[in-house]
Amino acid sequence: MELYELTIHELSDRLRAGEITSAEIVSSVFGRIDAVEKDVRAYITLMRETALAEAAEAGEKIRKGEGGPLAGIPVALKDIFCTKGVRTTCGSRILENFIPPYDATVVEKLRSAGAVFTGKTNMDEFAMGSSTENSFFGATRNPWDIERIPGGSSGGSAAAVTAGECIAAFGSDTGGSIRQPASLCGVVGMKPTYGRVSRYGLIAFASSLDQIGPFTKDVEDCAIVMNVIAGYDPRESTSVPQEVPDYRSFLGRDIKGWRVGIPKEYFIDGIDPEVEAAIRKAIRVVEGAGAKSVEISLPHTDYCVAVYYIVAPAEASSNLARYDGVKYGFRAGEARDLLEMYKKTRSAGFGAEVKRRIMIGTYALSSGYYDAYYRKASQVRGLIKRDFDEAFKNCDVILTPTSPTPAFRLGERTDDPLQMYLSDIFTISANLAGIPGISVPCGYTTGGLPIGVQFLAGHFQEGRLLQAASAYEKHARIDKRRPSL
Amino acid sequence: MEYEPVIGLEVHAQLLTEAKIFCGCSAKFGAAPNTHACPVCLGMPGVLPVLNRKVVEFMLKMALATNCRINRVCSFARKNYFYPDLPKGYQISQYASPPAEHGWIEVELNGGKKRIGITRIHMEEDAGKLLHDERNPVSHVDLNRTGVPLIEIVSEPDIRGAEEAAAYLRRLHETLVYLEICDGNMEEGSFRCDANVSLRPAGTEAFGTRAELKNMNSFRNVQRALEYEIKRQRYVLEGGGKVAQETRLWDDTAGVTHSMRGKEEAHDYRYFPDPDLVPVVIDDAWLDSVRKTLPELPLERRERFVRDYKIPAYDAGVLTASRELADYYEELVRLSGEPKLASNWVMGDVLRFLNEEKKGIGACPIAPASLADLIRLIQAGTISGKMAKEVSEEMYRTGKPPEKIISEKGLVQITDEGALTEMIAEIIAENPAQLAQYRAGKEKVFGFFVGQAMKATQGKANPQLINDLLKKMLAGDK
Repeated sequence: MELYELTIHELSDRLRAGEITSAEIVSSVFGRIDAVEKDVRAYITLMRETALAEAAEAGEKIRKGEGGPLAGIPVALKDIFCTKGVRTTCGSRILENFIPPYDATVVEKLRSAGAVFTGKTNMDEFAMGSSTENSFFGATRNPWDIERIPGGSSGGSAAAVTAGECIAAFGSDTGGSIRQPASLCGVVGMKPTYGRVSRYGLIAFASSLDQIGPFTKDVEDCAIVMNVIAGYDPRESTSVPQEVPDYRSFLGRDIKGWRVGIPKEYFIDGIDPEVEAAIRKAIRVVEGAGAKSVEISLPHTDYCVAVYYIVAPAEASSNLARYDGVKYGFRAGEARDLLEMYKKTRSAGFGAEVKRRIMIGTYALSSGYYDAYYRKASQVRGLIKRDFDEAFKNCDVILTPTSPTPAFRLGERTDDPLQMYLSDIFTISANLAGIPGISVPCGYTTGGLPIGVQFLAGHFQEGRLLQAASAYEKHARIDKRRPSL
Repeated sequence: MEYEPVIGLEVHAQLLTEAKIFCGCSAKFGAAPNTHACPVCLGMPGVLPVLNRKVVEFMLKMALATNCRINRVCSFARKNYFYPDLPKGYQISQYASPPAEHGWIEVELNGGKKRIGITRIHMEEDAGKLLHDERNPVSHVDLNRTGVPLIEIVSEPDIRGAEEAAAYLRRLHETLVYLEICDGNMEEGSFRCDANVSLRPAGTEAFGTRAELKNMNSFRNVQRALEYEIKRQRYVLEGGGKVAQETRLWDDTAGVTHSMRGKEEAHDYRYFPDPDLVPVVIDDAWLDSVRKTLPELPLERRERFVRDYKIPAYDAGVLTASRELADYYEELVRLSGEPKLASNWVMGDVLRFLNEEKKGIGACPIAPASLADLIRLIQAGTISGKMAKEVSEEMYRTGKPPEKIISEKGLVQITDEGALTEMIAEIIAENPAQLAQYRAGKEKVFGFFVGQAMKATQGKANPQLINDLLKKMLAGDK
């Protein structure tokens, strides 16, 4: 088995035992990148040289017994995290040349845990999309079938982990942008509670929904990296000063007697039959592990997508106002006056989906429409949150499909934004409610495409989520296939 | 028809906190361009605001000083518009949920008092500054000012004339400076004012269409602009026209207002709650700790001066114009025990010296203790009032204590009655003609003898003593 195929915990054990070096892991990963990146196109920017230097440094520390929990482990960052001195594009032409003078808090934390950065991964522009096709730098391909999309918006990170182009990766999830691509690529992806991981240095899409999380090959790796990235940050006002438990301590515990909520509203027309079958099977697995499945109701589920597509674009229309060509990033040449400079810069700098959402959001916040759209959406959002509060009185975790379908073909939904938006129908609610969610592989379609099951828990119950996911993973015994690239 | 002006004012005051409102950069004015500007100030991708709690405290001081009701929870909102001095494309302000409402202040007008309502006070960040190169078609932006904390103080439409507006503004200004939360410098823009003006037929209730006035950077300009605008609107109405709802700029040089943008071009700021900031909770403990730091306010102090020091209201007004000046005066009263004389000296010589050099009381080289010594020396008769003027000038120039100046200049008053009697006897003997005139009833000649006596003593004689002796001796009493 190649080193790039291993997990963080497997590699860490071997690193600490002195069987391998970090430099060897990094070489293995970059060798893999050289072999498959032309097909997958997971990265926007590779950080080969600094990765080799970081690997050497990590090797030194491991020898001295000082290495952090991720010492020498090659990880990839979605190109939405600001990285000091390394171009950060957010998948957009408007930031094509932007080099931040600071690291995101998450990047700082990973750095001090000893992680080695392989590069910046591809994404839908400003995280707006569910297929990674909305990137200025071209689409990323699903390693299981390069004619298909990897999901999005963090498609590059999901594909990179799946293809062995890194050991773990990080993304952001505003409406499902971690969980949905994790599901479509067959890896573990977690969106923590809003406020659990600092957003400082994460380029904002929708500030009240954005949350950072990991892509890993198994649940144990997810717990390992969550231990590193979770925690209060005084630079972020919405981060919560709540103690971080040792997430690894939740692994391997059983879920006997747990009540697993199955929301009846999540088994809808339009859900792929193979996906539904896989989820029904997953329910039987948790029952087999000693949990009890209970039907629950989340009565405002129908409104989630509508609420999301008011709140998220509204916040985005404001968050993206700073890209005006004045201070940094792309500026269109030759303008007669200020207004023309703004118009030309933003017309040429943003892609179609970003412009669509800026317009929707601007409209929703406009005087005369605010009450009907933004205010109403905020009110309904409160109801959605209450649905979950009520539901968690009757269950420990909730189990749902992650995505209604497996990976679809490139170009299949690019002309139909509404169809594309429905990819996130099961994931959006967690963002609106601010609760944590995790997607874990739960099988394959007959065509060999991965399917994911989602677990949801109450605020700051990541431990419980990991316990459920780990128990499920253990009992489901999903066969470990690898994409044939 | 008689028209009545209806005016409401919006004041923006820059707060004197060390740091900016949402980052750790210095909020100080006057640094080299873009040296007080971090990624947060620059609105770089991914950076986030963190509220400086000092700003809340400064806002609370003003809110308490203006009798506002404090809302225990308030939140921030984004005001969205594009401009190169606004790096994020929105200003963080407060909108639906302000921290302070329903306040008032009292202004004095033609001897009477009037209460003017304050609708609300809220916190927000300042924008940067554009610098236009006059030789080249380029503009530069200085983002030092971006994120400097402001409070906006919005009045009720209670103001009924330009003079009243100026009185209201002066009172607000004085209060802010007294609270030491704003330096009040209008030229540097730390105290800015916009006005909403409309006219309505006298005696009616409904408001007329209003114009918003901007760009008035002194009290005088606010008054002039309002006077102009009231006249302009009256002219429009009397001519049968309609006042347009618009924003107008005051042109200081031309002395007129002109239209900047109409209602159609008005911005839609698309306010919405800022998701990057959490609501601010103001609990009792916090509010009480701020309340404890409040100084005596100018109006209360003025009334106390009149009551306790028995000085005229006008003098009390001058002496309380700034907190430092009032402190200076009170220190002088404490040391000299002479409120009236203290007031005369401060309002007379001290302020005259300072005004000549356009300096504030903080820069006064005469310490209250020295001035108290001088008053004591006059009271004791050691020097005459005339001498004291000379001494005080020297004190101001050199900062030396009065005793030192008096001895250096040999200014001590001659109070030796024997020596003065002898000298006066000589003067009388030398001027028999004048003596005769005096005794014949020509009392004006008395002045001549005083002059002679002062001349003989080079002005050092105690004038009261000279008077007494002369009266006695000219009358022939022995």
